[in-house]
Amino acid sequence: MREAIEAWLFVSPIVTGFLIFFLGPLIAVFFYSMTEWNLLSQQATFVGLDNFEDALTRNPDFWHVIRNSVIFAAGLVPLNMSLALVLALALSRPSFGAVFFRTIFFAPVVTSAVAWAIVWKFLLQNEAGAVNQILALVGITGPNWLREPDWAMVAVIVTRVIKMVGLNMILYIAALQTIPRDYEEAARLEGASNWQIFSTIIWPLLAPITLIIMVITSIGSFKVFDHIYLMTGGGPENGTLVLAFYIYEQGFKFFNVGYASALAIIMFFVVLALTIVQLALRGRNAR
Amino acid sequence: MNLTQRQLRIITRVCWTISLTIVAIPFVFPFLWMVSSGFKSPTEIFGQPTLVPRVWRWDNFVEVFTYQPFAQQYFNSLYIAVAVTALTLVIASLAGYALARLRFAGAGLLMLFLLSALMVPEEVTIIPNFFLIRWMGLMDTHWPLILLPVFGPHGVMATFLMRQYFLALPKELEEAGKMDGLSRVGIWWRIALPMSRPALAAVAIITFLFSWNLFLEPLVFVSSLKLFTLPLALSNFTDPYGTPLWHLQLAATSLAVVPVLIVYLLAQRQIIESFAMSGVKG
Repeated sequence: MREAIEAWLFVSPIVTGFLIFFLGPLIAVFFYSMTEWNLLSQQATFVGLDNFEDALTRNPDFWHVIRNSVIFAAGLVPLNMSLALVLALALSRPSFGAVFFRTIFFAPVVTSAVAWAIVWKFLLQNEAGAVNQILALVGITGPNWLREPDWAMVAVIVTRVIKMVGLNMILYIAALQTIPRDYEEAARLEGASNWQIFSTIIWPLLAPITLIIMVITSIGSFKVFDHIYLMTGGGPENGTLVLAFYIYEQGFKFFNVGYASALAIIMFFVVLALTIVQLALRGRNAR
Repeated sequence: MNLTQRQLRIITRVCWTISLTIVAIPFVFPFLWMVSSGFKSPTEIFGQPTLVPRVWRWDNFVEVFTYQPFAQQYFNSLYIAVAVTALTLVIASLAGYALARLRFAGAGLLMLFLLSALMVPEEVTIIPNFFLIRWMGLMDTHWPLILLPVFGPHGVMATFLMRQYFLALPKELEEAGKMDGLSRVGIWWRIALPMSRPALAAVAIITFLFSWNLFLEPLVFVSSLKLFTLPLALSNFTDPYGTPLWHLQLAATSLAVVPVLIVYLLAQRQIIESFAMSGVKG
């Protein structure tokens, strides 16, 4: 009994704060999403599922935003994960060179996304940008990266991958280091090639961590906000307007509280669905 | 030409090193270009820029501080990050300890309940939090930048990390402490915490960086220049039409990024391990 009281006292700060600043707001956003509430008119009227209907059937922006978010995730997740895996395979053995390169590839992870986005925006300007000037040296006329919708999407995906790939790399390195070296040596004695060792021994052993990395990377890709806000502001022609940015814009720029809350709910379910699908996959793989 | 095993191995290594160096360019070049452009005049930036500035314009670094209250903004980021880190350490280690060591009804359920927060992006709760903070009268103060990170998903992640670490510690010392008449808080403070320095360090590192780099919350809750944190301040070096004043913006960005990079280079092993432990994603 005493122990239970002490335990609740110990957890009470986080639980109290969690109820006030997380669970309360999470419940509130469900109610908000069913109101027509413009911050300027200071009045909320109950409209049921109107906001959702608005998003799904009437507002053409919504599907465009979903399309952008899916493209962003579909570009970012495989690129990030495959690069992370290759780097991890190259750098998993401890050596001076490995530590040196690991330190370099991880550096953008500790750098603020705002700083990273500012510098890349500078590098990706049209004629004055360093990237295009370097491309010009080899005779390529680079596109106006951040002013053309498709190239802007490519640019935000690639710069985001460079920013975050170091994290997945070290998660893969940590996993690789738990694989006993004997497996590989035994296979090599049997005359297995590098590719055979990778595809039949290492890759299957990495399956659990690959799933975890997939979950966090895809959730992370739906959350990306600061990067887009600073590099493209959702433009050009809404070409990089993704869900997280759209919520911010509707809520805090146009003050459509009800509509923005409905979008937040949709985001909540998208992330939830992603998690469940991937956990289910993990369950199937484990069997 | 026949190659021996040894020669083949050396060639493979050289090939790997060359490829890795090429891949490393987009990771390193932005930092170099950022610092170098921070020293250039606007005309040099838009001329034919070189990696080493033709004229080193130190004035940029003076102007950064006169254009907006940058020193104050720098200090804001620093003290907020320290406050968030300190609070998170106390709250997460208390809760993590209870969840790892004490038996109480609902512990499992509470754990599950807290963990579910890790799946929910901040963007989902930011709108109600805006009204909550406004209702509390805390708009345009630093309070939301401290309270939301401490009690949000990041705080939960820290709690979970501490719990995992406590679970792996041997219980014997704590039991001995109990025999000696230490209170529960005494055991936590005098025995459990000193033994969990690596976990505390990991939580401290990722929490500090999390707060230092926070952008959405300052953007939504803070509007006075004097109260800006670094990420907001950096995005604010623009002319009245919103066009970036690159020479100032990059000088300021260098001032914000370089100290972090220096600490990172000095403690890279510890910092990378901290992220590996938490497995989180910014």
